[in-house]
Amino acid sequence: MQRALNAAPRWPLYAAGAAPGVWIFWLALNDRLGADPVKELEHALGLWALRFIVAGLAVTPLRRLGGPSLVRFRRALGLLAFFYACAHLLSYLLFDQGLNAHAIAADILKRPYITIGMFAFAILVPLAVTSNAAMIRRMGAAAWQKLHRWVYVAAVAAAIHFIMVVKSWPAEPLIYAALVALLLLARAEFSLRRRFERFSRAPGRRHRQERGAALEAIQAK
Amino acid sequence: MTRGLKPIASSEITPREIYIRRREFLGGALAAAAFAGLPGRACATPLTFSKSAYSTDEPPTPKEDITSYNNFYEFGTSKSSPSRYAGRMKTNPWSVKIDGLVSKPATYALEDILKTVTLEERIYRLRCVEGWSMVIPWIGFPLSDLLKRAEPLGSAKFVAFETLVRPSEMPGQSGWFQTLDWPYTEGLRLDEAMHPLTILAVGLYGETLPNQDGAPIRLVVPWKYGFKSIKSIVRISLVETQPATAWNKEAPNEYGFYSNVNPEVDHPRWSQSTERRIGEGSGLFAARRPTLPFNGYADQVASLYTGMDLKAYF
Repeated sequence: MQRALNAAPRWPLYAAGAAPGVWIFWLALNDRLGADPVKELEHALGLWALRFIVAGLAVTPLRRLGGPSLVRFRRALGLLAFFYACAHLLSYLLFDQGLNAHAIAADILKRPYITIGMFAFAILVPLAVTSNAAMIRRMGAAAWQKLHRWVYVAAVAAAIHFIMVVKSWPAEPLIYAALVALLLLARAEFSLRRRFERFSRAPGRRHRQERGAALEAIQAK
Repeated sequence: MTRGLKPIASSEITPREIYIRRREFLGGALAAAAFAGLPGRACATPLTFSKSAYSTDEPPTPKEDITSYNNFYEFGTSKSSPSRYAGRMKTNPWSVKIDGLVSKPATYALEDILKTVTLEERIYRLRCVEGWSMVIPWIGFPLSDLLKRAEPLGSAKFVAFETLVRPSEMPGQSGWFQTLDWPYTEGLRLDEAMHPLTILAVGLYGETLPNQDGAPIRLVVPWKYGFKSIKSIVRISLVETQPATAWNKEAPNEYGFYSNVNPEVDHPRWSQSTERRIGEGSGLFAARRPTLPFNGYADQVASLYTGMDLKAYF
């Protein structure tokens, strides 16, 4: 299976991933999204952005749990998330607020959930811009990885943004928040364990203790 | 093929005195008949009603939107859940218990309530706290007509309302995620409840209410956010102190007891200065419109709140 995955082209993922967005937009244009098409479109695009963020975060834990490695598809997942985040933001600016600069500025400054949503989007921009091989080479792998860890912050912000948009505590936003939390905790657990293993395997402490004991023994003579 | 017409028996001819009173007769008895005896009341039944000067002349929102885009959390939190699941709710028989500080506490059968009232069409604006609005041609009668029948005592200062609790027919009332504390409760100050704009609606677009819109009987208070207009009412209590209300219990800093439509007082998480009128314009390109104080009913109701700080009593 892994061999097949390694040979598979990436473009079908881009096409299939963008399809729901194109479909929803077509429905909206043809007035087939129910009573409040603006809200429906906005919500659907935002939800797909969050889904692709979650999918991207799931790649590494899946491999560590013995599943297939989907690392070569992760860039596509991230770019799809960015595509939907852009569409989500555009639908807000264009259809929801009708490009009313005053209302938009007031929203960003006064509404915490919009502020948080904008913050998440702002994080995704540099990640999308640097998601190509040339940038990895230019930045160096370590710096590039450090930058792209910001997606963890964006994921948390997006999950909070979703919870804050709705009234009361319906299940759906809580489920997404739980998924984000789980995937981030899986990383934290993995890196803590690795650090612990490195530490206990390292000669450092035992070595120092033995040397200390030997020195004492010599001094005692 | 037509056979010859049978001669009409004189017993079947409507006496003139009844014939000339037919409108009156239709208003009461027919309305009661519309609600009685129809199994499950599954399909909408036409109602007889008169026009009202309280109606707006704004174009009503399409019926399709009014009956498919609903907040009725007893059936789920999605806008489409009520129209999908509310058919399970049995609304026949239905009765409303009126108790508390009244001289005549009683449980009234819906047919009994309808026999004594005159139905009117009230085309009202409805503004949801979420920032959208509709224009709805309700059919109903003033709440005060029913309250007067129960004879409120002088000590009654508030009116508390309760929605049906029936988890077997209301999927939102069972399961893991309970969004609100059931029963859904609402309340009004007595003077708000007695105001002529405040009605109990039993129909819309000339027919009995669809279940998703709060059948068979619901409150409509057009100058307050939509959630104050409690649906599928089973109990009305007159009380001395301000009653607990469902959304206020859920988030006291977001949903006040009064919840008068007010563009000056934002919801903590979103602006209330504008609204999107459902069904207006062409879908995606419908502009928001400014929200009016008291949802445009300030002339009639602002005097109820003279001297009150509406930012503190939101």
